[in-house]
Amino acid sequence: MAVQTPTRTTSGTPTRSARSETGQPWKERWAGLFFVAPFLLLFAVFLLWPTFSGLWNSFFNTSLSGIKGEFLGLQNWREMFGDPAVWSSLKNTFVFTAMSTPPLVVIALVMALLANRRGLLGWLLRFSYFAPFVLPATVVSLIWVWIYQPGFGLVNGLLTAGGFAEIDWLNTENRAMLAVVIATVWWTVGFNFLLYLAALQGIPAQIYEAAAIDGANGRQKLFRITLPLLSRTTGLIVVLQLVASLMIFDQIYLMTDGGPNYATRPIVQYIYQNGFTNYRIGYASAISYLFFVIIVIVSILQFKLFSGRKEVR
Amino acid sequence: MTTMTLPATTRSGPVEPRWSFPKVASVVGAVILAVIWLAPLLWALDTSLKPEPETTRTPITWLPEAPTLAAYQGVIEQGDLLRWFLNSTIVAVLVTALTLLVSVLAAYGFSRTEFPGRRALFGLMIAGILVPPQVLIVPLFQEMTSLRLVDTYWGIVLPQVVAPVMVFVLKKFFDGISRDYEDAARVDGATRWRIVWSVMVPMSRPILVAVGIFTFIGAWNNFLWPFIVTTDPSMMTIPVGLANVQGSYGLRYAQIMASAVLGGLPLLIVYALFQRNVIRGVGDAGIKG
Repeated sequence: MAVQTPTRTTSGTPTRSARSETGQPWKERWAGLFFVAPFLLLFAVFLLWPTFSGLWNSFFNTSLSGIKGEFLGLQNWREMFGDPAVWSSLKNTFVFTAMSTPPLVVIALVMALLANRRGLLGWLLRFSYFAPFVLPATVVSLIWVWIYQPGFGLVNGLLTAGGFAEIDWLNTENRAMLAVVIATVWWTVGFNFLLYLAALQGIPAQIYEAAAIDGANGRQKLFRITLPLLSRTTGLIVVLQLVASLMIFDQIYLMTDGGPNYATRPIVQYIYQNGFTNYRIGYASAISYLFFVIIVIVSILQFKLFSGRKEVR
Repeated sequence: MTTMTLPATTRSGPVEPRWSFPKVASVVGAVILAVIWLAPLLWALDTSLKPEPETTRTPITWLPEAPTLAAYQGVIEQGDLLRWFLNSTIVAVLVTALTLLVSVLAAYGFSRTEFPGRRALFGLMIAGILVPPQVLIVPLFQEMTSLRLVDTYWGIVLPQVVAPVMVFVLKKFFDGISRDYEDAARVDGATRWRIVWSVMVPMSRPILVAVGIFTFIGAWNNFLWPFIVTTDPSMMTIPVGLANVQGSYGLRYAQIMASAVLGGLPLLIVYALFQRNVIRGVGDAGIKG
């Protein structure tokens, strides 16, 4: 290593390389670290440290005041596994993920295929599909709570105009989750759409020209060329989406506050409640770690699943 | 006379619009989908321009009978909206600038320099991608309390600057830039520091713009962390502030929608201006694998 670095500098002007060689070889050897140092410092303080202090906390009976409580050993963990609220909020999280992921992938793909055109129409379509994604969760929630209002809300207005009965979306246990999923799909599909669109635009035009010469029709081009070439992007989008959906909190907290009757409360909200409403830092930390482990398992499973089938070309 | 007909004949080449059924259907489908996607936004805008009594009228009406800006005037005069606007701007600009600075340097370090432990540190950073921010809220809040950063800009900003994904994406991009440019610059006597700013950064502008825009959107919209770390209404960002007053609006829907429009508009404008860069940057980010 130490031999390698000076040889590279000799390619520069002789005077300079001589100076750096005779000056500080130590500096040259460690110079790279200075570039990485600012990031690593922040990484250590605001990611690494809290990750481990959270684990440490989970063995204590700590309150939000910051004073370390008594050492509990695995008591928080034992309580967690016997807590029905942990399991019901985990179930809600999985239900939300299962309901939201398929439309967030399929609609994004359809949108990308539809909007992949030039000109003003293409620009307008791309703007419309992606626009909601740039809005804050609060704005999205304010709009959708209003849209779901019984009586004068947009959705129920359309339902009654079509001769259907009104639904009190956010206050009905088996409808509230669907309402949140619809709002979420509307809000976040734009990101997946953009990933698909970028992938579509990366497919070389020659492939289609060659296919056209061979007499392929539009349907054949779509199913034999476009979709197979997008399969790696689909894999990536599913991976990102599953993890993102598991982390659901904002819009549920703002739209239903986990209700009615805890029917929509996700695991992140249960962590929040234990930490910041019940002031049970230790217990909240234990649940955080359970959630962390689940995310890691899902990520690893997906990685194994999608790294298996690689090149389609 | 002949000069007038000439261009017409030469211009009409073999290009003829073929309106096949699938083409028409895809345009119609695309437009319907766009209308559905824009409807909630237009509905919010529409409601914000109505006088309060008209907002709850049934059956629902689309265009306000007498459009008024009273709702906007109301939320601006009575609330902390302008203050939150300022806070959001400060936070988003700081997060974006610092994230870009720190990530570019780290990406360059990981891509182009050798130092003991480089591979191990890179691996550690990649592992950091797996840690969901939601898991960190509790210990991070405790840390902020002991650092006395609760209800400060730095408390809101610093944890958001740690973005291993950005470093990873930029490192991949830097890896793809030929070393010839760098060597040429070094022959001319440029230092490493100079090379970062005069070679690497200009060559990766599209991806830096994309990373910057996504960071800005993310920082402006972030709800959970600013919600945790601010308790003083004067330190809140727009998403947190709006959530905080949501209940106190009562039944003034026009005002609720006016504040929603004001909270969402800046980013819609930013996005409309940079749309092309956003899409191109996502393509450049090596998302294709």
